[in-house]
Amino acid sequence: MAKFKKHILVCGGSTCHSLQSHIAISNLKAILVEKNLEQEIQIIETACFGFCSSGPVILILPDNTYYKCTSPADARMIVEEHFISGKKAYDLMLAESQIDGLASNPKLLASPKKQIRIALRNCGNIDPENINDYILNGGYLALGKVLKERDPQQTIDIIKKSGLRGRGGGGFPTGLKWEITSKSQADQKYVVCNADEGDPGAFMDRSILEGDPHSVIEAMAICGYSIGASKGLVYIRAEYPLAITRLKIAIAQAREYGLLGDNILDKGFDFDIELRYGAGAFVCGEETALIHSMEGMRGEPTFKPPFPSVSGYLGKPTNVNNVETFASIPVIINKGAEWFASIGTEKSKGTKVFALAGKINNVGLIEVPMGITLREIIFEIGGGIQNGKKFKAVQTGGPSGGCLTEAHLDTPIDYDNLIAAGSMMGSGGMIVMDEDDCMVSVAKFYLDFTVEESCGKCTPCRIGNKRLYEILETITQGKGTMQDIDKLKNLSYVIKDASLCGLGQTSPNPVLSTLENFWEEYIEHVTVKKCRSSQCKAMMQYIIDAEQCVGCTACARNCPVNAITGERKLAHLINQDICIKCGACVEKCKFNAINVK
Amino acid sequence: MVNIKLSDDKIIRIKDICKSFNNEGGELINVLHKTQSTFGYLPAEVQEIIARELNVSLAHVYGVVTFYSFFTMIPKGEFPISICMGTACYVRGGEKVLDEFKRELKITVGQTSDDGRFSLSCLRCVGACGLAPVVMVGEKVYGRVAPDMVKDIINEYK
Ligand SMILES: Cc1cc2nc3c(=O)[nH]c(=O)nc-3n(C[C@H](O)[C@H](O)[C@H](O)COP(=O)(O)O)c2cc1C
Ligand code: FES
Repeated sequence: MAKFKKHILVCGGSTCHSLQSHIAISNLKAILVEKNLEQEIQIIETACFGFCSSGPVILILPDNTYYKCTSPADARMIVEEHFISGKKAYDLMLAESQIDGLASNPKLLASPKKQIRIALRNCGNIDPENINDYILNGGYLALGKVLKERDPQQTIDIIKKSGLRGRGGGGFPTGLKWEITSKSQADQKYVVCNADEGDPGAFMDRSILEGDPHSVIEAMAICGYSIGASKGLVYIRAEYPLAITRLKIAIAQAREYGLLGDNILDKGFDFDIELRYGAGAFVCGEETALIHSMEGMRGEPTFKPPFPSVSGYLGKPTNVNNVETFASIPVIINKGAEWFASIGTEKSKGTKVFALAGKINNVGLIEVPMGITLREIIFEIGGGIQNGKKFKAVQTGGPSGGCLTEAHLDTPIDYDNLIAAGSMMGSGGMIVMDEDDCMVSVAKFYLDFTVEESCGKCTPCRIGNKRLYEILETITQGKGTMQDIDKLKNLSYVIKDASLCGLGQTSPNPVLSTLENFWEEYIEHVTVKKCRSSQCKAMMQYIIDAEQCVGCTACARNCPVNAITGERKLAHLINQDICIKCGACVEKCKFNAINVK
Repeated sequence: MVNIKLSDDKIIRIKDICKSFNNEGGELINVLHKTQSTFGYLPAEVQEIIARELNVSLAHVYGVVTFYSFFTMIPKGEFPISICMGTACYVRGGEKVLDEFKRELKITVGQTSDDGRFSLSCLRCVGACGLAPVVMVGEKVYGRVAPDMVKDIINEYK
């Protein structure tokens, strides 16, 4: 980066990409050329800064100024104000409140109060398509160090001592997994990176692969060396084309530099990586299903044991780790196990990346030390709830997790506390909900997902979840009874106990946790047939207030099913038998005359 | 199911794809990805050829195609519309947007409009949760879609 005076980093993460960040780049380039600045100012496309709701975002270094750059006019204003007149283009700057706290703020690196960047250390700071950038930031140092100074067992001991646990959801100690795989005897072993990221609403792994693919490649090589494997496979969702492209570029560059391939760094260690693509099946994130999918079969899970570390891909010992788990490895080797273990809580060390989404002001990626509270995440880093609404729940762990409430806001987050609270860490999706969300409907939403994604191999999961969904459907339609609630609970426990794989064993969690934490809402739905968040359409009625209605006919003209009648200048009436509760009339009424009850 | 007659050069293209993966049964999913990206969908006739080339049973190929939601046996519309039903989009009103598309296009999820122009499907998170609710038309992403924007989006392609 040396010969340029200033750098413009443009976010090329999926969100900003879909907001046309590549067009922002050509706009900026054109203006730099016009102003003869192209020799002084360099444009680099990086990955997610973490401010996903305000893209396309650019960062100017070394000034640390973030701008939103949507149009050619914006680009011109930024170049003219920032670089030529030396002021700032204030209108386009991101608000302080947004920048504070979020992951890529360089200020935070100096004072890591709330966030510490380990897995995300390079995301948004380097050009992910340039291996030199990674190397300049300490990349491949750890691989070199391990190959030169440590034998495989010593490397495993470092990971064990660091206390790192799997970031894919289960939280299994990573060092121990490596040790078991290393002790399995076989002529061939495999290192697999699980980049299937099936939790809808989570995008941590995608951002790491888009922003820092080399960190995963380096860690997979370190793992291969430790367990005695010469082949690595990345199982990645076909829905992540940008991540796939960047990963391919990174693998090719690493081969060219002799960091993948035969006899790496002249140390007699061979290792190479191939990609395998998912095809849209959530259950394929489960490791045995993932392995079957890589073998070209239906992605159905099988019973464990045998664990993949003993018999996995093609029947050989296979070490499966998550993207974020791998991304943390090089840092642990470079900075030491003690340093890593000093962050976090007693049983959960280090940091966790969360994808903060839903009804929150600052949607984006954050990396926080284990032990931080939900309150700090939601209200300090996340900037609180959108539109000044009231916080209701936060969902962690995706379809396997649960909804936590107000009462859990001050619980320190780690693997064990989240399970004790009825949810789980999961892969890191964190969806915030406000007073307008109906918790019965949320449970139904997750069950709908599970029913669709259950592979159908075992009966409790295939049929049980379908029945859970139907009961929830009955309740949201206002036809539920107290017995239904009992059934929900009993059936949930049966499914948990009797299912074959992690999918069924956890799928009733959204039901159980909402039953536990939002019991009154379920009771209201079945006894007084009321949905306090006005989400369950069947229980709602749209009623025109005859006093307010001026008879403008706007509602009647816009009703898609002609349910509204009335003479011009006289109060109108909605026929409840015809009304489909679409809400079109409420939107069109200028006199606030239509109430939802 | 749609019955089609494959032209000779299409058959050759499919065989070439299989050959590029060494006609190996274990590469089935990669072969299907490649074939679908070439032809747009995987009708029964295509699956038959793949099964023969890779020397696996047709039932196995069919089993894999129907297992994964990415693979489809019916042709998509000229402009495939996908509504994100991931959690972030759901809590920000994705369902209302979907309802509006259904009403405007008069088709439901998984169907293609009579003129073959639009098809409707649901996705689980495209990873642009910051823009929720998200709609994709082909490769183009629309963020923060409200029900009253649906008509305009469709009109862009009419
Ligand atoms: C239904 C189900 C879905 C899963 N999805 C994922 C996933 O998308 N990504 C992931 O890394 N792990 C996922 N896992 C966990 C994996 O089975 C496995 O534990 C993990 O990849 C191991 O890596 P780790 O120890 O580094 O976490 C899933 C598990 C289950 C039961
Ligand atoms: S949930 Fe819709 S983009 Fe992630």
